[in-house]
Formats: sequence, C-alpha cells, structure tokens
Amino acid sequence: MKTTVSPASPNPAAPGMEAPRKYKQIAGWIVLVAMIVACSIRTEATPYQLIVGLPQMGSLLQDMFPPDWSYLPTIWGPMMETLQIAILGTTLGALLAVPVALLCASNLGISRWVSLPTRMVLNLVRTIPDLLFAAIFVAVFGIGPFAGMLALVFFSFGIIAKLTFEAIEAIDPGPLEAMSAVGANRLQIIMYGVVPQALPYFMSYLLYTFEVNVRAAAVLGLVGAGGIGLLLDRSLGLFRYDRAAIIILLTLAIVLVIDYGSTMIRRKLL
Amino acid sequence: MAVLFPIADGGKQASAFETMTESWFAMIEFDNVTKIYDNGTVGLRNINLTIREGELVVIVGLSGAGKSTFLRSINRLTDISSGDIRVNGQSVTRASGSQLRRIRRDIGMIFQIFNLVKRSTVIRNVLSGRVGYHSTLRTLLGWFPKQDVELSLDALQRVNIREKAYVRSDQLSSGQQQRVSIARALAQEARVILADEPVASLDPLTTRQVMEDLKRINRDMNITTVINLHFIDLAREYATRIIGLRAGEVVFDGTPEEATDEAFAEIYGRPVQQDELLGGA
Repeated sequence: MKTTVSPASPNPAAPGMEAPRKYKQIAGWIVLVAMIVACSIRTEATPYQLIVGLPQMGSLLQDMFPPDWSYLPTIWGPMMETLQIAILGTTLGALLAVPVALLCASNLGISRWVSLPTRMVLNLVRTIPDLLFAAIFVAVFGIGPFAGMLALVFFSFGIIAKLTFEAIEAIDPGPLEAMSAVGANRLQIIMYGVVPQALPYFMSYLLYTFEVNVRAAAVLGLVGAGGIGLLLDRSLGLFRYDRAAIIILLTLAIVLVIDYGSTMIRRKLL
Repeated sequence: MAVLFPIADGGKQASAFETMTESWFAMIEFDNVTKIYDNGTVGLRNINLTIREGELVVIVGLSGAGKSTFLRSINRLTDISSGDIRVNGQSVTRASGSQLRRIRRDIGMIFQIFNLVKRSTVIRNVLSGRVGYHSTLRTLLGWFPKQDVELSLDALQRVNIREKAYVRSDQLSSGQQQRVSIARALAQEARVILADEPVASLDPLTTRQVMEDLKRINRDMNITTVINLHFIDLAREYATRIIGLRAGEVVFDGTPEEATDEAFAEIYGRPVQQDELLGGA
C-alpha cells in the first residue's frame, strides 16, 4: 500500500534542508559597508577629494592635448623594446613553468614530498609583484632591459605554472590509464595522455600572460628596468604632458592590438 | 562444468593436446588469487583458473561481483592482495617497472568509455599503442617508423574506419571511438585483449558491430580475449567460454551451451531480468 508523504514531515535534523536565515545576509552587508567606510576614512580617500581634484584633472587633460606627434619616432624604439621584453619574459617564464607544473600536479603519481614543497615555492614566487622583482633585479644586474626581462620571467612563471598545474589536475584521467595499460612509462604517459589535453590551456594562459606582461613592461621603466616606462617617467617629470599623452596613446593602441589578437587565438584553441 | 588442466611444464604435454584441440597454450593463469580492498570489500576470493590461447572468455556477474577487478588484475591496473597471475608464462604479480611495462605491451585493453585523447587525431591515438616498442626519446619526439604507421592504418582497416585516420577523435560517433580503441590494441600487436564492458556506452546496433569486430579479431588473429559483459544473450552468442562471478568467487565456468537461464539465475542469485538481455538477435 502506498502512503502519501506530506511535504512538512520527516528528517527535521538534516542540515542544509532549511532555507538560510535572512539575518546572516543582512549582517554580511553591514560588515561590508562598514569596512569600506572605515577604509575610506583611514586613507582619506573620500568622494570630497574627487570633487576637489576634478578641475586639476581638467587642466591636465588640457595640457595633454594636442599630443606631441613629433615625439612618435623617439618613442617607437623603446616601445619595441618593451614588446621584446614582454616576449622574452613570457616565453622563458612559460618554458620554466612546464616542468614545475608537472611536478605540482597531484594526478601524475608524483610524490607529495616533491609536489607540496614545489607548490610552496610557486606560491612564494606569486606573492612578489612584478615591480618588486624588477627593482631587485635592477639592484643586482644594473639599470636596463635585462632586469625587466628577468622580472617578467619570474612573474610569468608564477602565473603560468599555477594555472597550468590546475588545468592538468582537471584533465580526463581515462587516457592516462589507457596509456599505462599499453605499457607506457611515465614520460610517455605525460606526452601521450597529459600534453594533448593540457596544451590548449597552457597556450591560452601563455597568451593571457603575454597580454598582462605588455602592460607590466610598459611601467617597468619606472624602476629603471628598460622599455617605454623610462620615457614616460621623464615626460611626466618635465611636465611634458603632451609627450606623456602620445606615449599613453601608443601603449593603448599596441595593447589593444595584442589583446584582440590573443583573444582571437585563444578562442580558436579552446 | 568444464575441467581445466593448467600446464606447468609445457613441452610434450602441450603438443599432445594440440593434436586434440587447436591449441592448449595457457595464456592467462590465476593461482589462488585474492583481492581485498583497503576498505575491506572483497574483490576476488581464491580464484584458480587458466585461460588458454585463442579463447574468447566472457565474464558475467552482477555489478560489484568483481568482474572489473578480475579483468584489471590481469594487467595489474589493480594490484592483487595474494596469489599469482601469469600472462604468457610471466608473472604479472612479481614483475616490476620495465618488466611490467613489457608484459602490458602485449595486453590490449578496451574500456567502457573508450579512454581516447579526444583532441588528438585517430591515428595518433592508435599509434600511442606503439610507445612500448620504442625508446622514450623517440616516442617523445613522435618519430614512429613508417611500419608503425602502416600497422596502425591496417588496424583501422580491420575495424573498418581506415578513412577516419586523420580526423579528430571527438568527431567520431561512440561506436567508431570504441573501434579506434580496438585498433589501438591491434597496433600494440597484443596477444591478449581485455575489454571492460566495451559495449555498455553503445546503442544496440553498434553494440553488435563492436562485438562482431572483437569476435572476428579473436578468431582471425588468435588473440586471447576476455570481455566483461552484462548482457546475457550477447555472452551466449559470442563467448567460447563463460565465467560467472558472484561476490568475488567463480560460481560458473563452462561453455555457452551450459550457461542456461537456470545457470544464470544461480550466478545472479535471482532470476534473469529483461534488461539483462540486449534482444533483437
């Protein structure tokens, strides 16, 4: 015989069955708003500042226009240097990231005694911002693009290794098992089971990091690490806002082109 | 129930048998094999049996009866707790590292969900069965000899999808993908094929095509084949020998003729149900 079950009945003890209480949500919002207000007061970053500063912003923009187009030939060289720094830094960083990502992944039979320390080092590398890397390398290797390039190697390495090892952990384990079954050794399993599955993600992360690096490389010059940033710093120091404007416009144009290109390629890959 | 004669000292005895039957070479031997999982579940209990070269054995039983454990212990994708398993005379249980890889090279495996690299081309998936034959460096660079490519194309020809060789694997239907995985086993030049529920993800029509492929390869190339199936009628139709497992123990071992509905009821511990028949034969 069938009995009808009334919706209000049984299992009162089961957690997660009741709708979450409203007051938790409200409390959450209150805390968030209080935090923002507190931060704003402490740092004196208030809407008042914005209003007071507005006229100055206007005059700055006025100084920027018209941009000094005659400055273009001078900045073209350093701009290209910026790109070259980004290309080298991203490529070398990505190459370093491959073995490290493989060592970090938990699904390739790597011992925990290897993967956990490697992940720790990786996390450490990622806590250091690119400008700090650049400043350190300028101190070690002297002013110039080499320090900037090296900074981007480490910066890219951190991002790409982290994202790639997470992509490796998400791959379909079936082909790895199939490769074990045909008698493949560990490197062969990686080459035939892991690489074809993870490669598109790796390429996508590499391109994304390249986009980020072009923008990062543009300001590396501020700490003496080569590229267009040095000229930007100088123009601002000399109050030549018309020249700063042309540098910003050129950077914008190049970043847009690269973003567009890389987005197109990444869409094709995935 | 069929009686089995495991042959320890091969030689004269084996050739004497060959005059009676087509071949009496012990290809897979289970010696007191027991598998108990870490959580206490019994996978296999005290299995003793011999599968001879060229047999097409179908393993039947309820899910959880130990069919997968049985199959996967043969190429040691699952380690057994005690006993010994020999394939082609070599102990799988005691083999280590390169020895084990060498044994696995001769055992093709077909999975329920195909386990192909979907983004790779069909031919690359088939060629991956050849990696055990070459140096690591050579395979990492992907320099397969011309004969390997020929062999792979022939393997695809045998399962009638030669024309799909350079197509990406995920463009294929599931029946075609399963045939690619059979071709991979053929490219391995395997002497044994293990198939773990090879038709469970397929529709009835492709199920028959894949079973026909496996049967034909077993007959034409004399490849010892062990298949896990849950369709009773398919088991009777294609097997030369049926082994029934219940709770990790062999409760039936005989010819398809001996595997009556009553025998199956005994294996399953209950009468045969309609969904255990593929039908349409």
